[in-house]
Amino acid sequence: MSVETTLLLIPLLPLAAAIIAGLLRAQVGRAGAHWLTIIGVAVAFVLSAWVLYQQVFEGLGSLNYSVYTWMISDGIRFEVGFLVDHLTSLMMCVVTFVSLMVHVYTVGYMSEDPGYQRFFSYIALFTFSMLMLVMSNNFLQLFFGWEAVGLVSYLLIGFWYKRESAIFANLKAFLVNRVGDFGFLLGIAGILYATGSLDYAEVFAQAPEIAGQTYSILPGMEWQLITVICVCLFIGAMGKSAQAPLHVWLPDSMEGPTPISALIHAATMVTAGIFMVARMSPLFELSDAALSFVMLTGAFTALAMGLIGIVQNDIKRVIAYSTLSQLGYMTVALGVSAYSAAIFHLMTHAFFKALLFLGAGSVIIALHHQQDMRFMGGLRKHMPITWLTAWVGTLALVGFPLLSGFYSKDAIIEAVAESHRFGSSLAYWAVLLGVLVTSFYSFRLLYLVFHGKPRYTVDHEAGDHPPDGVLQHEPHESPWVVTVPLVLLAIPSVVIGYFTIDPVLFGGWLDDAITVLPQNDVLAELGQHFHGGMAMALHAFGTAPFWLMIAGFVLATVIYRLQPALADRLKSRMPGLHRLLENKYYWDELYQSLFVKRAVQLGQGLWEKADAGLIDGLLVNGSARLVSNVAARVRLWQSGYLFQYAFAMILGLIGILAVWVVV
Amino acid sequence: MESNWPVLSLLIWLPIIGGALVAALGQQKASQARILSLLVSLLTLALSVTLFTDFDRDTAAMQFVERQPWIDAFRIEYFLGVDGFSMPLILLTTFFGVLVVIASWEVIRSRVHQYMASFLVMEGLMVGVFSALDGLLFYVFFEAMLIPMFLVIGMWGGPRRVYATIKFFLYTFLGSVFMLVGLIYLYLQSGSWSIPDWHQLPLGGQAQTWLFLGFLAAFSVKIPMWPVHTWLPDAHVEAPTGGSVILAAIMLKIGGYGFIRFSLPITPDASSQLDWLIIALSLIAVVYIGFVALVQQDMKKLIAYSSISHMGFVTLGLFIAFGIFRNSSDPQGAALGVEGAMVQMISHGFVSGALFLCVGVLYDRLHSRMIRDYGGVANSMPWFAFFAVLFFMANSGLPGTSGFVGEFMVILASFKANFWYAFLTGLNLVLGAAYSLWLVKRVIFGDVGSTEVAELQDINRREALVLTTLAAAVLLVGLWPAPLVDVMHASVAELLVHIQQSKLPVMGAVSAGI
Repeated sequence: MSVETTLLLIPLLPLAAAIIAGLLRAQVGRAGAHWLTIIGVAVAFVLSAWVLYQQVFEGLGSLNYSVYTWMISDGIRFEVGFLVDHLTSLMMCVVTFVSLMVHVYTVGYMSEDPGYQRFFSYIALFTFSMLMLVMSNNFLQLFFGWEAVGLVSYLLIGFWYKRESAIFANLKAFLVNRVGDFGFLLGIAGILYATGSLDYAEVFAQAPEIAGQTYSILPGMEWQLITVICVCLFIGAMGKSAQAPLHVWLPDSMEGPTPISALIHAATMVTAGIFMVARMSPLFELSDAALSFVMLTGAFTALAMGLIGIVQNDIKRVIAYSTLSQLGYMTVALGVSAYSAAIFHLMTHAFFKALLFLGAGSVIIALHHQQDMRFMGGLRKHMPITWLTAWVGTLALVGFPLLSGFYSKDAIIEAVAESHRFGSSLAYWAVLLGVLVTSFYSFRLLYLVFHGKPRYTVDHEAGDHPPDGVLQHEPHESPWVVTVPLVLLAIPSVVIGYFTIDPVLFGGWLDDAITVLPQNDVLAELGQHFHGGMAMALHAFGTAPFWLMIAGFVLATVIYRLQPALADRLKSRMPGLHRLLENKYYWDELYQSLFVKRAVQLGQGLWEKADAGLIDGLLVNGSARLVSNVAARVRLWQSGYLFQYAFAMILGLIGILAVWVVV
Repeated sequence: MESNWPVLSLLIWLPIIGGALVAALGQQKASQARILSLLVSLLTLALSVTLFTDFDRDTAAMQFVERQPWIDAFRIEYFLGVDGFSMPLILLTTFFGVLVVIASWEVIRSRVHQYMASFLVMEGLMVGVFSALDGLLFYVFFEAMLIPMFLVIGMWGGPRRVYATIKFFLYTFLGSVFMLVGLIYLYLQSGSWSIPDWHQLPLGGQAQTWLFLGFLAAFSVKIPMWPVHTWLPDAHVEAPTGGSVILAAIMLKIGGYGFIRFSLPITPDASSQLDWLIIALSLIAVVYIGFVALVQQDMKKLIAYSSISHMGFVTLGLFIAFGIFRNSSDPQGAALGVEGAMVQMISHGFVSGALFLCVGVLYDRLHSRMIRDYGGVANSMPWFAFFAVLFFMANSGLPGTSGFVGEFMVILASFKANFWYAFLTGLNLVLGAAYSLWLVKRVIFGDVGSTEVAELQDINRREALVLTTLAAAVLLVGLWPAPLVDVMHASVAELLVHIQQSKLPVMGAVSAGI
């Protein structure tokens, strides 16, 4: 089998499985749906791993070729094609691996759902879309995949379409993403304007020529064209990767079933923006202004969203805000030109965040779809595997030395420290404080869910819909289809950082995809002090991030383990701050009154006043009325009485005579 | 290329004569009327496919030409032919000719023979509009086409059908009267009714301006452009499903086609001078109408407003070329805009046709077009929900569907002319999704709204056939638009060369012009 065939099969197998499982529901049955999609994604994973292996160990170079010509118009070739370099093959492996884990997990998680087959069809379709996105060699297909993952995300957030909250959340998610895509599309149009091509290789080759050009958006104001393009492209990334102020959709997306929160809203789709900026590094490198914007956006998101995570009671929402915050870290890394560090954190985060979400899902099914942590507690002894893997995921997330998250997050913090970009010191403080915040909310979650005394009661006669905090049965550990993916995700969460930091960050392993100008290369600076993963871990004990992480742990232990009353006391001490965080800085309310209500008012006004009132009322029907009014008057003259006509004739005759005489 | 046998005449007269036969069957033979209509429309579709297969993609010249003297005294000819602009539109017409027959199969119960006959005659006349190369012949088809549509709305329409038909008729008639004056002027100037001759006719600046405005009056109403659009929502609301489908899918395109066939090539200098007007109205259409669509309570009105907004892309795509020529030495983008406008027309035909059919499916069951009467339709009609979501997604320009292609091309091209054109049209990405998906949320998703909704029957085989065919078309154009745009290249290139050459008479040489 040639490499080209292999690469084509990787996205097409999940697609075929999705179509069959979705459209031939009756024919394949429930088991058929999960087997087909699992096999499709599993084979895609094996083939992706094979491609990665070939590239790393067998010297397979990067591939760039067209699959088919979508259209040629105006001399511009719009292609569908693949660019498979190290960055792509790494992403392909991450996507297919997490997807495979989620597929298996879903067999257990969704086993009682009537939409079982539809769900498998959607997640396989998602895998296809995400693969097309990362494998693209041009902006058209990138946008294609970009919107396709958005579509599947929309369908999956609203999977339980009877729930009002779910279909509100999916509409919101799609629209907020469309705001980002609007910027993204303008960026792509700018690329075409500047280079006359949408092909990555051709565009990047011309990048240096764009660098000097200016572009006038407002008369009299000249902008660097490259900055305009990069900022527009980044607005797309802000939508998809949920960076403030386009982050508002992600917490609400938790309305979807938990497996997709893990797959789409933590591990893969939301990282598409990070991937995109890294892919566009030859362009972003040319604009310091755009990179500063990227960095500050990420820094704000990393800290501000982490803080909200502290006050959330819904287990999935805590993890969702954690995801926002971690995406902020990745964005900061992009902003300081440490693209490899962003991709590295993307990869480690994919494993441990998927692990945490799936762990949360395991808890949620054990408690019969209870997501409120105030009704949890003490689950450690009932669900040992979930508990242990949740600890592993948490330690990886907070950056405990030797675990994967430690390597990726420390690298980002160090890179920011090294950077001289405008605003980098501000960003440094944000990411540093973010460590404390991350550690605090993460351990808080662990304590509230797994430790302490249970805050639920078991009542066997409770009926089918017991009130909050009452269960019909003792919670128990989830079936193997759930726990095996947890364990399989826990392994890379522990080891992947230690084994890959050297090649990915310092070994130039992503150099075939990522361009960094020498003066921006903070990772090269870091590389001079890097003496292996073990040395880095040992060195960590003397650094600020480590002690901030410990401080977060201690705080959480005191407040949520040792002195449970303290939490409430703190809450009542700082009511303003608590309200601000609980209401998520009133962002939703702001958008609701600023955009949503205004848009509807504007539409109503235009429709009633301008369309119905002015155009139809005054001009169209008004002129019709005028005609009929005139006609009504004139009609009176046609009375049918002969003497009136005769009288009118005589008057007319006199008139004519008079004119004739006078003239 | 001279055709061996008169394909275009067959495409025009076969459905018209077929329609007459169907009408002659009388009221009692409803099922025969249906079957005969289906056969006629299928045969027409099959014939029209030869236009595509035998089409020479390398030339901008008229193909399948038929030319006979008709009224010699006024040099009026029976002159037909197609190029890369009209050929796809004729295929769209014959395609919908079949779909409308199937879609109305058992839905229309009263006077089936007249209903079917109206649509067949209309189909023939619309093919006539797209293939006529004689100005007066064009005008005859252009006006005659209104009559069957007038009847369809007036006889099978909703409660306010009389208001809607009169509004529709007066609006379009008023517009076309100005065009007629223009056509007569062109005849007097050139001594010919041949449209290709008119393309070569030198015209003074003032004459071009008046002609341009005359054409604008006719085509802006037809397509329709803001602010002469208000007949469309009323006509759609009152029309039966088939009428709405043909109105949205084909008739609106005649406005866009008119700009391509008349305004741009006959009055290039006026077009260039007044392009700001068209662009401004197009941008208003996209944004303003987008907001208006957002607040509609009636599904058909919402889709009608959405159509107006989408037609803004067509007029914009056709007229940004001048800005691009003026702005830079590199004309790339001009052809992209024109081809984008064409693709948008074809795609909008599929998508809006499909959306009106979807509303028709619901209307046939619950006899309401109001959004508030639905809710949770997906619970009782899962297959319908699948199609409806697909088509509304296409309406909001999702990549992979045809709705994306034209908008994408026009936005890319308009960035070339002016950042703000791209910015304002780009807003449709948000607005289009907002009104489309908000409707989906309120109608398709959610808990079951009422007992009537709970008892809804999912689509039957006939409805599934129609929607599947349209879904295939929408996806095919979305995933592989190359075959569609390939047929246009030569004609678009020709048009763009043509409109860059001034037709103003050289000083003192010719005394044409007013």
